[in-house]
Amino acid sequence: MSGMLKNALGWMDDRFPLSKVWNEHLAEYYAPKNFNWMYYFGSLAMLVLVNQIITGIFLTIHYKPDAKLAFDSVEYIMRDVDWGWLIRYMHSTGASAFFVVVYLHMFRGLIYGSFKKPRELVWIFGMIIYVALMAEAFMGYLLPWGQMSYWGAQVIVSLFGAIPYVGEDLALWLRGDYVISDATLNRFFAFHVIAIPLVLVILVFMHIVALHAVGSNNPEGIEIKKHKDAKGIPLDGIPFHPYYSVKDLVGVAVFLFIFALIIFYMPEMGGYFLEHANFVPANPLKTPDHIAPVWYFTPFYAVLRAVPDKFLGVVAMAGAIIVLFLLPWLDRGVNKSIRYRGPVFKAAIVAFVISFVGLGYFGMQPVSPVGTFFSRLFSIVYFAFFLLMPWYSNLMQDKYVPERVEEK
Amino acid sequence: MSDHVVDKRRRLFLTASATAVTGVGAAYVAVPFLASMMPSDRAKAAGAPVEADISKLEEGQLIRVEWRGKPVWILKRSNDVLAQIAADTEKLRDPDSNESEQPESCKNVGRSINPEVFLAVGICTHLGCSPTFRPEVAPEDLGPDWKGGFFCPCHGSLFDYSGRVYSGVPAPLNLVVPPHKYLTDTRILIGGQA
Amino acid sequence: MRTLILSILLLLSSHSYASSGHELESATIDLSNKASLQRGAKYFVNYCLSCHSAKQLRYSRMAQDLDIAPELVELNLMFTGEKIFDGMTISMRAKDAEKWFGVNPPDLSLIARSRGPDWLYTYLKSFYIDEERPFGVDNTLFPKVGMPHVLADLQGLQRAVYKDVETAGGGVKRVIDHLEIAEPGRMTEREYDKAMDDLVNFMTYMGEPAKMERQRLGWKVLVFILLMLGIFYLLKKEYWKDIH
Repeated sequence: MSGMLKNALGWMDDRFPLSKVWNEHLAEYYAPKNFNWMYYFGSLAMLVLVNQIITGIFLTIHYKPDAKLAFDSVEYIMRDVDWGWLIRYMHSTGASAFFVVVYLHMFRGLIYGSFKKPRELVWIFGMIIYVALMAEAFMGYLLPWGQMSYWGAQVIVSLFGAIPYVGEDLALWLRGDYVISDATLNRFFAFHVIAIPLVLVILVFMHIVALHAVGSNNPEGIEIKKHKDAKGIPLDGIPFHPYYSVKDLVGVAVFLFIFALIIFYMPEMGGYFLEHANFVPANPLKTPDHIAPVWYFTPFYAVLRAVPDKFLGVVAMAGAIIVLFLLPWLDRGVNKSIRYRGPVFKAAIVAFVISFVGLGYFGMQPVSPVGTFFSRLFSIVYFAFFLLMPWYSNLMQDKYVPERVEEK
Repeated sequence: MSDHVVDKRRRLFLTASATAVTGVGAAYVAVPFLASMMPSDRAKAAGAPVEADISKLEEGQLIRVEWRGKPVWILKRSNDVLAQIAADTEKLRDPDSNESEQPESCKNVGRSINPEVFLAVGICTHLGCSPTFRPEVAPEDLGPDWKGGFFCPCHGSLFDYSGRVYSGVPAPLNLVVPPHKYLTDTRILIGGQA
Repeated sequence: MRTLILSILLLLSSHSYASSGHELESATIDLSNKASLQRGAKYFVNYCLSCHSAKQLRYSRMAQDLDIAPELVELNLMFTGEKIFDGMTISMRAKDAEKWFGVNPPDLSLIARSRGPDWLYTYLKSFYIDEERPFGVDNTLFPKVGMPHVLADLQGLQRAVYKDVETAGGGVKRVIDHLEIAEPGRMTEREYDKAMDDLVNFMTYMGEPAKMERQRLGWKVLVFILLMLGIFYLLKKEYWKDIH
C-alpha cells in the first residue's frame, strides 16, 4: 500500500472504524475451511436482495400505483422504456430466485444443524427475514394489477377474515376498502417499495451480526472455536477474505449464468415466474378459471386447502410457518450435522422434503380428490416432522463425531 | 496455512483479471439502467411533428402551437417590420445568428423560410421562461427605444421581431427556430426533418 | 442427472395455459421471419382491428420492428386517422360494443401471452356453423363464443361432423368428431393454415415486441458470464492452494 493510501486510511480509521469492520467481518473473520456448495446461498441471497432493490428503484421511476394506470404502466415499461423489459424481468425473475436461494439456504441450515445452540438467534432472525420476504413478495405481486395479482390478493387478504372476532375488520383495514381496490394497491406499493425493504435490510444486518458473534457452522457440525492456536485463531478456520470471497465469486458466476438464462430465454418460466393469467388486466367481476399462488407460496397454500374448515385451515397454514421458528428447541439431537445423526433423523428429513415438495406441487393444481388426499397426507408428515422431533431426534445417533476437520 | 511457495505474479494477474472482468460487467449492467431514464418511446411520440394551419393568421397576429410540450410561436410580420429588422442591427448580440440555433433554411435576416411568417420556440435562451409578445412601440416599462418584439418577464431579456437577442440582457442567444417545413402555402409541419 | 433436469423442465413446461381439455394444434412461431410477421400484420389490421384494439403496440414500433417503411404503414395499415406514433386503438366505444356483441371485445395486445399462440391458432380454425347462435357460428374451443367468424371469407364455413359416444351411465351422447368445410372460402385449407400461422406469429410478436431483442442479446451475456466464471474459478483455485 502506498504511503498516501495508508495516510488516508489512518485518517479514516481515527474517525470511522473502517479497518476494524473490514477485519472483524472479512479479513479476520475465521470461517470453517470445510464449507461445501450449500454455503453459497447466503451470499447469493444478499446478491438477489441488492438486485431487487436496484431494479425496484428503476421500476418505481416508471410505474404508476393507480388502479387505472398500473397495468398499462407495466406494459409501458415493457415496451416504451429503453431496456425496461430487462429491468422488469430482472425484478420478476429475482423474486423467484430469492425464494430458490432462501429455501436452499434454510435447507442447508436444517440438515447441518445450523439453528442449534448457540445459533438459535441466527435462525430466528433468518425466519423473520423469510416471513418479511413473503409479505414483500405478496404485496409486490399485486402491483402489476393483472388478474392473478387481483384475485391472489383477494384470497390471501380474505384469510385474515377467518380470524375470530377481529378478522373481518382486520381484512377491511388491510384493504382500506370493501374489496381489493385502488386504495389497496396504493398502500401495498408503499409497503413494497419502502417499509418492508427497510425492515429486510435491517434484519439481514442483524442476521449477519449474530452469525459473526457466534461463528459459522459447517457440514461436519464442528465448533472450530474449541481448538485454537497460540494466537487464538481457530485451527480449522480460514479468513473469510480472501478465501471465501473468491470462492463465493464462483458461486455468483454460476448463479448469474442461470439467472441470465432465465431472463433472456424463459422469463415466464412456463407460467411459474410470470403467470399467464396475469397478462389480463384485473377484472373485479370475473375470477380466472384456476387461480393458484406463485410457486413459492404453494406448499402453505396446500396446507390451507387440506383442512376442510376456514378458520382451522388458516390456523394450520400459520402453524406450518410457526413451527419453523421453534426448530431450535424442538430438535434435541446432540450431534449437529446430518452426517452423524443416524438413520432415524435422515429418514425424517427425506420424508419432510418429499412432503414439502409434494405440498408445493399440489398447491399449484386445481382441487381434486387425489390432490386433497395427498395434501392431507403430506401436511400430516410436515407437522409430524417438527412436532415429534423432541422424541425421535436423538434416536440412533452416531457415537463418533470428529473434533477437528479431517484431512481428506 | 502451509509453507508452500505462493506464485505472487499469477495471483496478482488473476486478481487483476477478475477485477477487470467484474468492472466491465458492472459497466455493461449500468448501461441499461442509465438508458432507462432517457425519454421513452411515449415521450418521443409526444414530441412527434405537429401541423399548424396559418390560413387565418393576420398581419401582426401571433399564434401558439404546442410542440414537445413547448410553445411554438407563429407570427405574421408586416413589410414595415421586415424593413425595420433589416435596418436595426447594431444593438443586437448575434445579428447574423451565427451562434444561435435555427435550420439552415432560416439563417437569414428574418430568420424564416417565408419572410412574413416567423416561427420560434417561445422559450427564453436564458433560463427557460416563456417571453411575452410586446408589439406596442415605446411602452412605459420598456422605454422609448422599444420598437416591438419579445420581452422575458423573468429576467428582463429582450428580443426583436426575429427573435434576436439585444445586447446587455442576460439571455446569451437568439430564440431557437424549430425545424419546420411548408406542406402547402398555409400548412406548416413543425418538428421532424426541416 | 441429465434426465432429472430434462424431466423437471418438462414438468415446468407443462404448467401451461389454463387448459380446457381441448387438444391444441401447434402454431409455427418464428419471429425472425419478417415476411410472415408483415403478412400477419396485414391480416390483423384488416380483420381484427375493426373490433379489437391492440393499444399497447404503436404503429411506429411495428414499422421499425417489422422493417416496413412508416409511409407504407400509414398508407396500407392505418385506417382510423391515427398518427404513426399512436397505439392500435379502435373507434368503437365500449358501450356500443356491449350492445352489439354482448361483451366488449378485449384488447388483444397481450392475448398471445395470456392464451398462448397454440390456443389462438386452434381458436381461429375452430369456427363452425350453428344457426342457433346470434352470428350463425360457434367455436369448438370457445363454446358460446360472442364473436362472428370474421375470417369466413378466407376460410369458408365449416360444419360439425358428429359421432355418438357412450357415456359412463351407459347412455349415448352426440359429440363433435371433427369439422369439415361446408362452403369454401377464398383460400384452400393449407393456405388458410399458413395465413393463421402468420397472424398468430404477428400476435406473438405483439405480445412482447422486445422478445427478438432479448433473444439476440442473451447468448452474448451468457458467454460473458462464462468468461467470468472461468477467471473466478482459476482465482479461487490459486488462493485455495494455501488451504490443506
